[in-house]
Amino acid sequence: MSENRVVRPYGDTTGDGMVQMSFTLPVPHDKRAEGAALQLAAKMGMDPAMLVHATQMGDGFTFFVVYGRVNHLVDLSAVQVVERDFPLLSAKEVNALVKARLRRKLSVVGACIGTDAHTVGIDAILNVKGIAGEKGLEYYRELKVTNLGAQVSVPELVEAARAEKADAVLVSQVVTQRDAHLHNTREMAAAFREAMPAGMRPLLIVGGPRFDELMAGELGVDRIFGRGTTPREVASYLVHALITTKMTTNRKVKAA
Amino acid sequence: MTGKLDLDPALVRRARELARRAGQPVVELARSHTTVSVERAALRLAGVTGADPEGIPWVNRLVDAVVADVGLGHGVAVPVFDALAREQITDVTLLAQKAAAGSVRFTVPSGRAASSARRAARRATAAGIKVIDRRRAERDRMIKRYGDPAQRPWIYLIVATGDIYEDIPQAQAAARAGADVIAVIRSTGQSLLDYVPEGPTREGFAGTYATQENFRLMRAALDSSSKELGRYVRLTNYASGLCMPEMATLAGLERLDMMLNDSMYGILFRDINPIRTFVDQRFSRQVHARAGIIINTGEDNYLTTADAVDEAHTVTVSQLLNEYFAHEAGLADRQLGLGHAFEINPDLPESFRLELAHALLARELFPDAPLKWMPPTKHMTGDVFRGNLLDGFFNLVGAMTGQGILLVGMMTEAVVTPWLSDRDIALQNVRYVLNAAGNLHEDFVPAPGGFIQQRAHRVLGEAVELLERIVDDTLLNAIADGTFGIMKRPADRGKGLDGVARHCDDYYNPATEILEGQA
Repeated sequence: MSENRVVRPYGDTTGDGMVQMSFTLPVPHDKRAEGAALQLAAKMGMDPAMLVHATQMGDGFTFFVVYGRVNHLVDLSAVQVVERDFPLLSAKEVNALVKARLRRKLSVVGACIGTDAHTVGIDAILNVKGIAGEKGLEYYRELKVTNLGAQVSVPELVEAARAEKADAVLVSQVVTQRDAHLHNTREMAAAFREAMPAGMRPLLIVGGPRFDELMAGELGVDRIFGRGTTPREVASYLVHALITTKMTTNRKVKAA
Repeated sequence: MTGKLDLDPALVRRARELARRAGQPVVELARSHTTVSVERAALRLAGVTGADPEGIPWVNRLVDAVVADVGLGHGVAVPVFDALAREQITDVTLLAQKAAAGSVRFTVPSGRAASSARRAARRATAAGIKVIDRRRAERDRMIKRYGDPAQRPWIYLIVATGDIYEDIPQAQAAARAGADVIAVIRSTGQSLLDYVPEGPTREGFAGTYATQENFRLMRAALDSSSKELGRYVRLTNYASGLCMPEMATLAGLERLDMMLNDSMYGILFRDINPIRTFVDQRFSRQVHARAGIIINTGEDNYLTTADAVDEAHTVTVSQLLNEYFAHEAGLADRQLGLGHAFEINPDLPESFRLELAHALLARELFPDAPLKWMPPTKHMTGDVFRGNLLDGFFNLVGAMTGQGILLVGMMTEAVVTPWLSDRDIALQNVRYVLNAAGNLHEDFVPAPGGFIQQRAHRVLGEAVELLERIVDDTLLNAIADGTFGIMKRPADRGKGLDGVARHCDDYYNPATEILEGQA
């Protein structure tokens, strides 16, 4: 299998290249509309394309479902992703490592910043309740969690991080209209850089369903977590970044 | 619709009695305090309109000026109408402009000056309330002419582009496609603005600003849709956040038909001060009662943060509290769109039966309330195919348990703000279920002593236990301890506390006087 680096979409036969797609065109439903849908499919590399469903919506829109074969190939060796580069630990292991190596509680401050009032993400990670059967960070005995909740301003967040001697700051951003999540994240990262010298600033982590996990550097944060992240992954990452790989470096300065 | 669960009537009575005992101290608190937003709402009724060049409404300027001179505890009506007489002007908005420029001093008059200021304030405020009364009569006429939707539940659809001029054609298209109720979601963050923006707006974040002009534009557009479609299309917005009383007032003045108006949502989810919320809440509900507006409460929200099975009883408790506060403020049962939601983890065995039990419990506890049935959001994963199936089951529960208002679920929940095609597919889902099984509630009777009955009894029992603890602990402490939706909200914290004042002995608010006289 390992030499098979090039793949195609799979319908029901290896190599058939079949995909499904649905979209709307701003035209009433008639023969020409169906032709237009097939033209779009062809331009997207579907050949042959089968128009399996078309229905008019309101006055001037038609919804289409198209199945067809795409001629594009996927080169697996050229795919770039952030693979999990740290071991996944249990709550018990996290607590034990913090206790043995940090010898104090690890302080985490979380918030939704800007106008974002959707605390679902931050609550899923922080609240005891957690998500999908996994308990949130509040459940970890050796973590001290401060959840500031919704619509926290960046200066308030920096102040809280300072007051709580935060080792890590977790920010959740759900609203993405006009790229608000990116602007807010850059603003937050800049504020922490301005307020604290490099060795003293907490680990900056953002999460949300629409982030590109590869953008951490560009946004000025240490890590981005995307859709489907669990509290356990976040806790494991905290231990990895703050303890197992970093205990000998500048974080000790802060403890001193 | 009653009697399918064989609920113990004595236990139901006990639950209501406990809700009354839990709520009463909070009502006392609300009766003895006022807020900047309550005072601004009263001044809007008395005729203050418009905003300064920075977009800050003249009511805010006026209330701020009065508070700076004499504080909030007397109410602003008497100082304002006293100043009006002294300045020998009749236009309250002009007075606000002068006050903002610093050329008017406010005092608390006594004797004859005080009683004539009271009389003038009452006269001006009564004129505003008369507009609300006319709007209500207008709605009644239009419903008579065009009719209500042919089916229950009413189909409730959300529009949210940020631009009122984009919202209008979308809302009209949604009405044509079958929506009976259009809700225009507000811009993220509006709930924490301590003023109501002015004029038509074209920029919003994940929603459109609620302004009086946006209300007027959308209502006018839906009036023409009602005429075209031969059924009255209702309009919904939000009486929540720091300007709740003003939102209710503007909704009454512009004939909105439903308003989201929960007794605790702002406290729990927006970290608004509990006392501010309860004071604002009572006034806004009095306005809604007068305006014939149906309120929608927000119990669905608890289940997005807490577990929908373990915490099902907190929904029941909140519904009972919302009902008590609503009745106390003069709302009738048919105005109570008490909320609940389909939020149980679909991977849980018997999740559908549990949903049926919870939905039927709400139906039987509140037989005369329209009940707002909210779609799954928490377990919508981005798998749109599974999401559409889940929405179908949600619609089926709505049909089987006779819900009054059904918020249409989107398979793209948590993915994008709904596309035209998402909405079309969602409405098709609703139409299929209502067409195929709309009257299934006639046949659906859970087995005596079976799973559904047992589950409903258990949730009611847990609700009564929780209410007992709340009564012992007081509602404000329960909120501070994180009893609802896990958030802990102490009464001396939260946003908007600085806009709250205890009534002085001479406190006067003509709007409250008129609304309570009527109630």
